[in-house]
Amino acid sequence: MMRRILTLRNIRRIYAVFFMVLFALLLWLTSFKQMKGYETPLFLELDPLASVASFLTSWTIYRGLVLSVFIIIGTLFFGRFFCSWVCPMGIINQIAGSVFNKLRAVDTVALNSYRTLYRLKYYFLALFLALAAFGSLQTGLLDPIPFITRSFTISIFPALNNSRGWLYLKQPLFQGGTFLGLIFLAVIFANRFLPRFWCRAICPLGALLGLISFRPVLRIWRDVDLCTDCKKCLGHCHGGCDPHSALRTTECHLCMNCIEDCPESAIHYGLPKPSSSVQMPLDVSRRRLIESALAGAVLFPMMRSTITSGTSPQYRVIRPPGSIIERDFLRRCIKCGECMKVCPTNVIQPALLEAGFEGIWTPVLINRIGYCEYNCVLCSRVCPTGAISILTVEKKLGKGAGQKPVKVGTAFYDRGRCLPWAMNTDCIVCEEVCPTSPKAIWFQTFEVQLRDGATKMLKRPYVDPNLCIGCGICENKCPIRDRAAVRVTSIGETRSLTNQMILKS
Amino acid sequence: MSRRQFLLRTAATCGIAAAAGAWGYVFYSKEPVRRSDTKIFTFKDFRTEEKRVYPQLAVVRGKDADKMVRTAIEKIGGMGRFISPGEKVLLKPNAAWDRQPEQAANTNPAVVGTVVRLCLEARASGVWVTDVSVNDPYRCFARSGIEDAVKRAGGRIRFTTENDFVLTDLKGESLKVWPVSAFYHQADKLINLPVVKHHSLSKCTMAMKNLYGCLGGQRNRLHQDINTSIADLASAIRPTLTVMDATRVLKRNGPTGGNISDVSIENTVVAGVDLVAIESYGLRFLDLKVEDIPFITMADKRGIGISDWRSLNVAEIDV
Repeated sequence: MMRRILTLRNIRRIYAVFFMVLFALLLWLTSFKQMKGYETPLFLELDPLASVASFLTSWTIYRGLVLSVFIIIGTLFFGRFFCSWVCPMGIINQIAGSVFNKLRAVDTVALNSYRTLYRLKYYFLALFLALAAFGSLQTGLLDPIPFITRSFTISIFPALNNSRGWLYLKQPLFQGGTFLGLIFLAVIFANRFLPRFWCRAICPLGALLGLISFRPVLRIWRDVDLCTDCKKCLGHCHGGCDPHSALRTTECHLCMNCIEDCPESAIHYGLPKPSSSVQMPLDVSRRRLIESALAGAVLFPMMRSTITSGTSPQYRVIRPPGSIIERDFLRRCIKCGECMKVCPTNVIQPALLEAGFEGIWTPVLINRIGYCEYNCVLCSRVCPTGAISILTVEKKLGKGAGQKPVKVGTAFYDRGRCLPWAMNTDCIVCEEVCPTSPKAIWFQTFEVQLRDGATKMLKRPYVDPNLCIGCGICENKCPIRDRAAVRVTSIGETRSLTNQMILKS
Repeated sequence: MSRRQFLLRTAATCGIAAAAGAWGYVFYSKEPVRRSDTKIFTFKDFRTEEKRVYPQLAVVRGKDADKMVRTAIEKIGGMGRFISPGEKVLLKPNAAWDRQPEQAANTNPAVVGTVVRLCLEARASGVWVTDVSVNDPYRCFARSGIEDAVKRAGGRIRFTTENDFVLTDLKGESLKVWPVSAFYHQADKLINLPVVKHHSLSKCTMAMKNLYGCLGGQRNRLHQDINTSIADLASAIRPTLTVMDATRVLKRNGPTGGNISDVSIENTVVAGVDLVAIESYGLRFLDLKVEDIPFITMADKRGIGISDWRSLNVAEIDV
């Protein structure tokens, strides 16, 4: 009885469900109310592609990313187990693939055979690693862990919460959320045509793990003496790795389905027997591989010779507090969206093209949606790659002797829209909510003449640029709802030496 | 085609055609969208019957907030005078800012906790504590210590989500129909728990301005006519009881504060029913006079309360 339930396949399924639930749980916990001390970015830290690529851009393995070494070592011994046992993206794709194809009469042997299309992921990997070697981190676009974290944060969780309110107190709103959601759904729907299309053909992390599992110590073997060539082993194959002939270990996910499906018990996992089949080498075209790497080499100078936040300061690119200098920020940010998930006010938004093509989906602060909470440093706590480096509240607020607060930008008045300046109407909500002490927003009392000739005493606000930290609560609470009369831009940000305006501060 | 078939088919087509005609007739409208009639609420009067035997204002000075609140409420007749067994009580502290108790931007959590306990001792069926915070509500309630104090005392924090607002007619001069937290219409009694603070536009924020925290929507527009707005709020909402926290007073850089040097320790709690009298009494902590504050004069003129607190029966106690 126990042996029938605890088959290799079911053990894998238990792990898969466990890691999928753990992923969703950790992402849900990524908020002020639930976070406590949990290692919420765990899956991102286990991601070898994130650590390898960010190592290439800046020659460091930042804090928790060192956990990915466990996955690398495990893969060297056991093969590419991550993809079907741990990876939430792989597990979701597997579930979708089996649901889509269970209901139709399909030739599963044909669907699960190896195709030359599956080389594509190695070319993506070559492109991204070449870019990383030059100093641009773009793996996050297709790296599955940042991809699924970002999709869940920006689109799936907010959609689940909509009109129910059981995940968030305030419905989160993200720019470009529908677009990201549609990309995610398209990836899921691709399983309808080719099961695990993403994992087999696109995923650069899968390609990296494939390379690492080129010669694993333990692997799947087929006993040629026992095999009757019935091809039943292909029926449920996850990786499309041809267990019926010479196995491609670089593609094998260790799903163990072939072992369970084989009626002759000809397939086993472990060390080879004398009658075991040989293995197929990695199937990539060397010419294509070099071409992809060259494409990266061409793309890099192209991306660096346009207007981006890296080449000249962009006023809308306000980075979360604790962010490192922009050039290094782009070397470290994997666009995972953890900071956007944890932000209590929803101010951190995925950039579209404000920061240039290189900075797509990197975090920027949009103060009409939220504002940077004065006593909050949560985004710096969850960033897995150190693009936002760790801050304490004391450090953020500059509480120590001789310390200055971290400034993300500076507020400016648009006097043509400000009620006291343009319309002689009392307001100064901005002064009320300004969190610094003394307040960066101050006012002067004027005697103004109204249209009918009467006079009135009126308070008009000013910004003290030396006290303003750019938190944006003034912009957020400004009663001019569509385009605020006080707006924050990135000038004066602490992390930059060049994006400054005041000579003495 | 047989006759039977022809008749059946024609009848069916006529039926569908009639339905199409009826659809056009029933739904014909000169308006582009249907206006749904949302119910507009009004505030109930939360006050209980006035009893002249008790002092109208109790001012208690001391070090122990719990003892001070208990003494103050005892003096004006005990919680039993205000709350009948089985009633649901709503507490409105000032929990607007993500600040710690020492910074005095929010109501002292010890005061809130004791009021929750007193309500439960008076056999209230439930005690809800709510505010529409300016900063992130989770952070405001957690870091102000109010969440912890309320939970320990056996009360419940109610965060107001976007769906919890209902339109309410305040019938004021400048405040007409506004979205108001629905909890105010679900509770039987309302206890106002303000803190004394400096405010740069209205000069002070105490018992009357604390009511601002029931509003949702674009309430920052109230600043454009802040004195009339505060007077309107005080005439629309009549709390059962007000317990004003002047244990720590934020003297400058209000209402957010943030620097301990702006906080003055005053160790006082004021309790009573008359909002305006409490407000006028509180002015002493900020070195202001009734004449400086237009909304107090307005409220006095409208008959909401009496600004000359010296004319009332005031009990001053040290504990």
